Amino acid sequence: MNETLRNTALFAIIAALIVYTGFAQSWNAALLIISMGLISSIMALGVNLQWGFAGLFNVGIMGFVALGGLAAVLIGMPATPGGWAAGGWGILGALLLGAATVVAAVQVMKRMAKGWVRTLVVLALLIGGFFLFRAIFDPSVAAVEAINPAHTGYLGGLGLPVIIAWPVGGLFAAGAAWVIGKTALGLRSDYLAIATLGIAEIIIAILKNEDWLSRGVKNVIGIPRPVPYEIDLQNDVGFVERAAGFGFDPVEASTLWVKFLYILLFAAVLLILLWMSQRALNSPWGRMLRAIRDNEVAAEAMGKDVTARHLQVFILGSAICGIAGAMMTTLDSQLTPGSYQPLRFTFLIWVMVIVGGSGNNFGAVLGGFLMWYLWVMVEPMGLWLMNLITYGMADGYWLKDHLIESAAHMRLMTMGAVLLLVLRFSPRGLIPEK
Amino acid sequence: MDLLNAFVALANYVLVPGIAYGSQLALGALGVTLVYGILRFSNFAHGDTMALGAMSAVLITWGFQSIGLHLWVLPTALLALPFAILVTVGLLLGTDRVVYKFYREKKAKPVIFVIVSLGVTFIYNGITRFIIGSDDKNFLDGERFIISARTFKKMTGLEEGLAIKTTQGLTVITAIIVVAVLFWFLNKTRSGKSMRAYSDNEDLALLSGINPERVVMITWIIVACLATTAGVLYGLDKSFKPFTYFQLLLPIFASAIVGGLGNPVGAIAGGFVIAFSEVTITYAWKKVLGYMLPDSLAPDSLVQLLSTDYKFAVSFVILLIVLLFKPTGLFKGQSV
Repeated sequence: MNETLRNTALFAIIAALIVYTGFAQSWNAALLIISMGLISSIMALGVNLQWGFAGLFNVGIMGFVALGGLAAVLIGMPATPGGWAAGGWGILGALLLGAATVVAAVQVMKRMAKGWVRTLVVLALLIGGFFLFRAIFDPSVAAVEAINPAHTGYLGGLGLPVIIAWPVGGLFAAGAAWVIGKTALGLRSDYLAIATLGIAEIIIAILKNEDWLSRGVKNVIGIPRPVPYEIDLQNDVGFVERAAGFGFDPVEASTLWVKFLYILLFAAVLLILLWMSQRALNSPWGRMLRAIRDNEVAAEAMGKDVTARHLQVFILGSAICGIAGAMMTTLDSQLTPGSYQPLRFTFLIWVMVIVGGSGNNFGAVLGGFLMWYLWVMVEPMGLWLMNLITYGMADGYWLKDHLIESAAHMRLMTMGAVLLLVLRFSPRGLIPEK
Repeated sequence: MDLLNAFVALANYVLVPGIAYGSQLALGALGVTLVYGILRFSNFAHGDTMALGAMSAVLITWGFQSIGLHLWVLPTALLALPFAILVTVGLLLGTDRVVYKFYREKKAKPVIFVIVSLGVTFIYNGITRFIIGSDDKNFLDGERFIISARTFKKMTGLEEGLAIKTTQGLTVITAIIVVAVLFWFLNKTRSGKSMRAYSDNEDLALLSGINPERVVMITWIIVACLATTAGVLYGLDKSFKPFTYFQLLLPIFASAIVGGLGNPVGAIAGGFVIAFSEVTITYAWKKVLGYMLPDSLAPDSLVQLLSTDYKFAVSFVILLIVLLFKPTGLFKGQSV
């Protein structure tokens, strides 16, 4: 079978699965799978850029995705009235002061001669700067968080159209990636993994605890949408008539139409990024990256700057994850820092890339859809399996109750097993690299 | 000024918890560093190995408790520990046979091993949650305190109390014993020496007739002992919850890297560096400073540098500083 046919068949199978869900469950469920599949594919594209092109192991995808989500809040939400006057400028000033302290310390490290005087000056700068920072920061934060804590209690955003948040989310993620890459790249590959694991945990901790920024675990809800609201559509006479013309009732038609518009937006982003990734893959730059991946020493001997290329591709890949994160928060219309879990946002994306075929952009997209579909389906399948196993047991028997209750944890094991099996028996994935 | 009370408060809130936490991290970091030294990859599954080992101990402890088996004032979990270690040894050797051996024979890149270990992490985590659920589980019994704050106050007549929990004392004593046995094993026995030889120079070790599969097997057995002990001690001291062990991964790796990956002494030192930094930076110094400074200078605020929610950030920042300035760690590790 020729390659194009095979790949088309693989995509057709996924399409068939989704269409089947549409008929068997509901079209709303099917459209939701498509839109989350699109977002997952974009994340997988980003990770594929890092792993497939350059062999970089990033375990902090969750953090970059969450930064994208933060961007959606900071751009899309309206500013809290009085927030900036109460303490917003104080917080901003304190953060700038903190950054200035670090820069000053770094400059002193560079400029002064080595010795105990330098150590003392740096320490004094850092400690003094820290207390000054806290002295400005703490009262400002308290003032912001005191504003109507049940509804706002945070600074809010800029009130701009939420679409702008997508590139901004990418920028946020790129910034975090720069800091990590600057420190951990150029060392052993494991160090990048550990450093990214750490930054992801810290980003989530910040989102959970800095109420002035993201309302913490109180969640930000009702982020404005880039598409119309269902209720407006239902009140729109023209829309209702058109829906009736197709034989839909207004409520169902409006929910489907909104999801369809989201899918159009997401698909546009995916196509642009896919096109760019393909161009990058087949450019001299992409060939250089693969040369570095396959033999770092030889590439270095050819005069390629390995660390700089790694940093570049690491930042680009993380930025794509940030864009996807902003899109996901836009789709949910809410930021819930408590829901970011490494299994869902780091590990699942890895499984997507490896199952789809690392190094192949279409593989990443395929893996994104396929694994998302599985992710949604594993839980009911696990429950079904447990029901089957415990079929012969009496009701109320402890083992039966325990097994059925634990079916929810099947996801962890299934994903781990899928990853190990694919790595072992088909390490090149469904659509292998050419 | 009241230096004695200041010292007692410091000991109660910083020194004692720091030493106990440091011992737990050191045991965890030793496991990571051994796998790194012998098998040459960063084992992400270590946190969940600890969780699985601790889970077996919890289940066995419950079994003992239900048949009325107790260990006087000590936690019954100590009695369950050897059995739990056996379970973990079986698990790790099985995992090695089914998963890692294939890649070792293929001489796969370290990063592949890391990814594989991530897959193993999730399977272990799934097993743990599947068997015991994801909630807090209590398996501590016996006497709670060696010295409680109240007895200490009565004994010394000081204003501040010093409480030492049984689990804290137990952690330190067990850690000392385990580390002593480990170093004796590595430095004095034939198997230990062959392990160190293999870690220093694989080719030379093979040339002198050391069986690599045997070295790997011994390593996994030791790692199982260390991980289970660390997991049980942590579970006794704090509480047993499957998810916390995954989060422990960051401080454990930070300890191992700060000390120098592949270096056992470094792992122990790193564990204490990380533990004390975490505790001192997230501790509210108000009380201690209040005793130390004259009344006019006593602080009003909590004097807490960082809230405890950010304790992971501390290990992370230390990790970054070490990677920036001394990537081989404080004690020369193997890697750059």
